[in-house]
Amino acid sequence: MGYVSNVKKTFKLKYCFNYIGVAAFLVLMIILSSTGVLSRSAVNLLPKIAYSIILAVSLNLVVGFLGELSLGHAGFMCVGAYLGSYFSIFLHNYIDNSLVCFLISLVVGGLLAAVFGFIIGLPALRLKGDYLAIVTLAFGEIVRNVFKNLSFFGGAMGLKTDKIKLQSSTLYIVAFILVLVVLFLIQNLIRSKHGRAITAIRDNEIAAKAMGINVTYYKLFVFVISAFFAGVAGVIYGHYYTPILYSAFDYNYSIEILVMVVIGGIGSISGSIIAATVITYINFMLQNNLSGDLAAVRLLVYAIILIAIVIFNNAPALKPIKDKLNFKNLSAKLFKKKESTIVDDDVAWNRIESKIRMDELLSIDVKKQDGEFSDPDKPTKEGK
Amino acid sequence: MADIMLKTENLGISFGGLKAVQGLDIEIKKQQLYGLVGPNGAGKTTVFNMLTGVYQPTTGTFYLDGEELKGKTQEQINHKGIARTFQNIRLFNNMSVVRNVMVGLHNQPEFKCSPFVSMLRLPGHFDSEVRMRERAKEILKVFGLYEERNNLSCNLPYGKQRKLEIARALATNPKLLLLDEPAAGMNPHETKELVDIVKYIRDEFDLTILLIEHDMKFVSGLCDEITVLNFGTVLAQGETKKALSDPEVIKAYIGG
Repeated sequence: MGYVSNVKKTFKLKYCFNYIGVAAFLVLMIILSSTGVLSRSAVNLLPKIAYSIILAVSLNLVVGFLGELSLGHAGFMCVGAYLGSYFSIFLHNYIDNSLVCFLISLVVGGLLAAVFGFIIGLPALRLKGDYLAIVTLAFGEIVRNVFKNLSFFGGAMGLKTDKIKLQSSTLYIVAFILVLVVLFLIQNLIRSKHGRAITAIRDNEIAAKAMGINVTYYKLFVFVISAFFAGVAGVIYGHYYTPILYSAFDYNYSIEILVMVVIGGIGSISGSIIAATVITYINFMLQNNLSGDLAAVRLLVYAIILIAIVIFNNAPALKPIKDKLNFKNLSAKLFKKKESTIVDDDVAWNRIESKIRMDELLSIDVKKQDGEFSDPDKPTKEGK
Repeated sequence: MADIMLKTENLGISFGGLKAVQGLDIEIKKQQLYGLVGPNGAGKTTVFNMLTGVYQPTTGTFYLDGEELKGKTQEQINHKGIARTFQNIRLFNNMSVVRNVMVGLHNQPEFKCSPFVSMLRLPGHFDSEVRMRERAKEILKVFGLYEERNNLSCNLPYGKQRKLEIARALATNPKLLLLDEPAAGMNPHETKELVDIVKYIRDEFDLTILLIEHDMKFVSGLCDEITVLNFGTVLAQGETKKALSDPEVIKAYIGG
């Protein structure tokens, strides 16, 4: 069998929408900034959007596809930011080009974060649900406090990265190309036999085990991969801000990444991309436009916007409006196609699952703890 | 010994003071259809859970094809060749029918492919993916589910979901297939069809099948030998008709 014919057999155009979207956004931004339409502060925002997307997509791998709640994503980012940047500063003594240092330290920072992911994952993945969430939360706090107290990382003053800091105008291009690479790797993982195994574990862990799927291996694998990409995002952060401050990686930030995943739709990659962009932008707008006394209510306004988005996503009364704005329906109108009613192979289950999981995650899910696990034949809600 | 597929020796488990199963000795020959029957709560599913590693037996042990499997994990036992279905259906609800079967094919050596090969989309990925899908479709054809292959498995009617569970278990290429009430919730027509399918897959895939069932017609039409359990102990054992006409068995089922 030829390589090309096999590629054709598994290829679907809809797989490419995310790449096309991100690439189009990047090209648009390059054009806008080179013609001077974008303000400097807006260009400064772009790398932040890029690493937020990487964080949200990699967390979605754990929360959406593996179905475990992790609240320590900022901790892995912290590892990548400190260790990757430290390595980059060290490398700068030998290589004069900051960009080359950046690219090499991306891999190093990612790998070191992955090692942390492995070390944490090994004991933590014996736990499930809320308990795992608490352990990862604790991990995030421990990591940033350790870095705070290590003097060669600058202590409470933070790690100074002026030497390796990249201009936002170049960094955002590299960062968005990295987003494309990350999307390529993560989407390929999901759309493979391994992705099927991972979603099988999420859907029904007992059945997955009975099918001979090595649950521990896959849980650990997803945890490590997710930590790797969080580390990569951390390295981007390290070349973007100076100094790197431990306080940036508190659990509020982990929660913010989780909010991006939840609002974008748990288990939806394109949702994570859009939500990460929008939320980062909202934050930026609020910071810039609410000055003086209003600055005090910034977080309040932010919270109200988030609540409004969640209600808009879920309220049945708003469904007609949402359907009108739905991308699928819009494209159907444009191309005068009938709305497809057949459930298609790949995307549909993500949609459905995202709704279920959202309810489960928001109302803390006790059922998953132990009862179901210890007795595989106890009738469940849907059991007949 | 050579023609014995599954052998249990004094197999038993207790949960605290409750002796759920006690002193179970079964010998199942290769290619045999063996039944496990008994009233509700007799411990039939517990036996399945022990044989698949969900529970670790507290007494006794069991051998598959001469190899002791006690103490192994669920995954390892599946790799050794025991696959099962569940009493209350446990499909991957949000996946299409064909993908459910492909999950079953996951560990077959001919579809081996490292996660990194898949992430980088190297040729090996496409090769194994295409062949896996073809194989899954073949299995679905046996069960008459080919037309529904792209539907979500949770949208299938109940009888077809049961069939899909068997198809998925079969995809793991087992030596011994454990069916937990395969005919539950099926209409008489579907049950009859299921009898034919079970016989067909036994011959076609060279399987040994152990099944739990309440439908006595189904059991006597299919099984050569049975074991009757009641309150975790063996009530009768042997040829189906003889065991079922045992007065103790009739008493346990009908009362009196």
